[in-house]
Amino acid sequence: MSRKLLTGNGAAAWGARLARVDYIPAFPITPQTEIIETLEQWIDNGRMPGRLVTLESEHSMITAAGAAAATGVRVFSATSSQGLLYGMEMLYTVAGWRAPFVLINVSRGLSAPITLEPDHNDVMAARDSGFLQLHCATCQEVLDSTLIAYRLAEDARVRLPAIVNQDGFYLSFTREPVEIPEPETMASFLPPFDPENMQFRASAPVSQAVAVLGGGPYSYFRYETHLASLKALEVYDEVSSEFEQITGRANPAVECYRTEDAEFVFVMMGAFATKARQAVDQLREAGWPIGLVRPRLFRPFPEEKIREALKGKQGIAVIDQNISFGRGGVLHTEIASSILGRPGMPTILVSFIGGLGGRDISAEEFYQMAEITKQAVANGIAPEPRLLYTETELREVRKLQAIAHAEREQLRTES
Amino acid sequence: MSETHFRRMKDLPSTHLLGTGTPMCAGCGGLQALHEIYDILGVRTVFVNAAGCMTLLSVYPFTPFRGSWLYTAMASAPAGGQGVRDALDILLEQGRIGAEEDLDVVVLTGDGAAYGMGLSATSGAIERGLDFIYVCYDNEGYGNTGQQFSGATPHAALTSTSMGPRGYPGYKKDLFAIWAAHRPSYVATVIGAEPLDLARKIETAKSLTGPRLILALAPCPTGWDFDPKQSADIGKLAVKTGIWPLKEYIDGRVVHTRVPHPRVPVEEYLKLQGRFAHLFAPARNESLLADLQHSVDGYWAGVESAGPEAPGAR
Repeated sequence: MSRKLLTGNGAAAWGARLARVDYIPAFPITPQTEIIETLEQWIDNGRMPGRLVTLESEHSMITAAGAAAATGVRVFSATSSQGLLYGMEMLYTVAGWRAPFVLINVSRGLSAPITLEPDHNDVMAARDSGFLQLHCATCQEVLDSTLIAYRLAEDARVRLPAIVNQDGFYLSFTREPVEIPEPETMASFLPPFDPENMQFRASAPVSQAVAVLGGGPYSYFRYETHLASLKALEVYDEVSSEFEQITGRANPAVECYRTEDAEFVFVMMGAFATKARQAVDQLREAGWPIGLVRPRLFRPFPEEKIREALKGKQGIAVIDQNISFGRGGVLHTEIASSILGRPGMPTILVSFIGGLGGRDISAEEFYQMAEITKQAVANGIAPEPRLLYTETELREVRKLQAIAHAEREQLRTES
Repeated sequence: MSETHFRRMKDLPSTHLLGTGTPMCAGCGGLQALHEIYDILGVRTVFVNAAGCMTLLSVYPFTPFRGSWLYTAMASAPAGGQGVRDALDILLEQGRIGAEEDLDVVVLTGDGAAYGMGLSATSGAIERGLDFIYVCYDNEGYGNTGQQFSGATPHAALTSTSMGPRGYPGYKKDLFAIWAAHRPSYVATVIGAEPLDLARKIETAKSLTGPRLILALAPCPTGWDFDPKQSADIGKLAVKTGIWPLKEYIDGRVVHTRVPHPRVPVEEYLKLQGRFAHLFAPARNESLLADLQHSVDGYWAGVESAGPEAPGAR
């Protein structure tokens, strides 16, 4: 085992290398590109085997990835944001093929307006595609999750593609110390891909991904995919505990931080959850009984574990780094539906939306969210969802608008 | 090509590989071409299909293919072909499969994908030198959805989205030239109604590697509005009138494999099809008919002045 300073992108590339991937269909997009550049350089100078092919779009990239996995090789790919959406038709399609491979998504806010900085609306758009989803909060997790994701995706009980999500910039371009397992250790943790009957061979002709007529066969295959995804819950536990035995690093499906005696809980996913974690420590020092619940596994959704973590708590603050226009936070509704009607569950669930397009969430805002949640518990009623934004930010935007207007005005009077 | 196995009609394969009972329409010119193509390509193939009429060839749990099949989506069948080809090459390189398990990758799409939505994926596949055969059944419209016009629809044809008195205002895109401009290994036009010419071209394509296109005009009884029994006659007329030139691009040159002489007037082909009925009734549209004849004459005048073996795309 060696320890290196790696970016999230570097960690993802190491994950692919240790997984001994055969095939990497690629297409550049910020902030993901460093992953495929790193892999291409390793392949070019003989440090890893494998073949990287640059397609002409993410739509084609996901098609090629699924088709290669359906032919029986181990496939890796990576994208971000607009790229994930451009490939969206094929995300749904290749998941329906039950073609297992790992796709890194480096989260980045969606257009419009176009931006480079992160939030989770891109990966949330893939929520119902059939891809499994693992969400990372550190660079180490990116490497670990990539390897775990292969075991999960390729498991005969599951056989679905998986997205490993990391936040653009905050993880993708941030160097953290990362432990890189020995190749031999990972070779025994992750044996070669056994595609079973999923292959194209002259001696065993097969038709894959054929059409169906009528709702009967259609529903049959859709339910099969759903049940396979649910199977991934138990497989995840098996695989992550095996991984922990080998590496000493726990990657539970739901991370609970200081929740045991907590009355209040933040629920959050991704790199920004490390900010929530810090806020928990500071609030604890000030005497607050508060903790953090962070789902690592988002598809399948580990409902049971969420309920265990939230049981007996008084108030929950769900902080979504995404926005479903006209509804609010996606994680909020997922948590709400997981606990509704179950005994011992908190009745106060407060929704906050923040961190869109890389906007920071300050320590003060975490304290305030805790305070609002506490108030809601006292009042017995959850307030309207809050969109995190400060007076100063609004003033800054207004100022930019005023400057732009003034400049245009000046141009008009001069001409 | 040096030697062909196909000199006479009786040299054509007598065993037919594609199963029957598919939901294709009676008289489907695309299915006719596919039967003939499959007989020569054989079963050591994986057909990578895009959304179109032929998506319904394989409906769970049945398939007429004795070889393999993968349905992708409308825009990205060539990328699906890329993934399968690359994976097979990796398996061969690593010795995980022997050469006897290898397959030829055949992309199968209609004109909607080939001329339009899939053109970017096609261009990418050719530019990467993908070793594959692209078979396009060109029925000159979005046939599977009821014959709306596509980039392959000929000038003046009525389609369900060009019902006006002059029909489709645009002109059929020259996919042959678009492919040839990429300098691939092989490009050929074929038609099911000329099986010998088709067989020789599939034989040639099969003997080569790299990107290869087989562009088959597919007379479509439902989309073009004619009696299914006339499908083969209409196909023959498409060649005899010169409206569908049979040609191939190989080694940087275009060769016309059939030069119709004398050419039958184009209206003999048009008048059999309901999609051109407005050119004949209630009154003959002489100017539009003349335009269509003129365009075919112009094409062949170009061919004759350049000689039968012209460099470049046409």
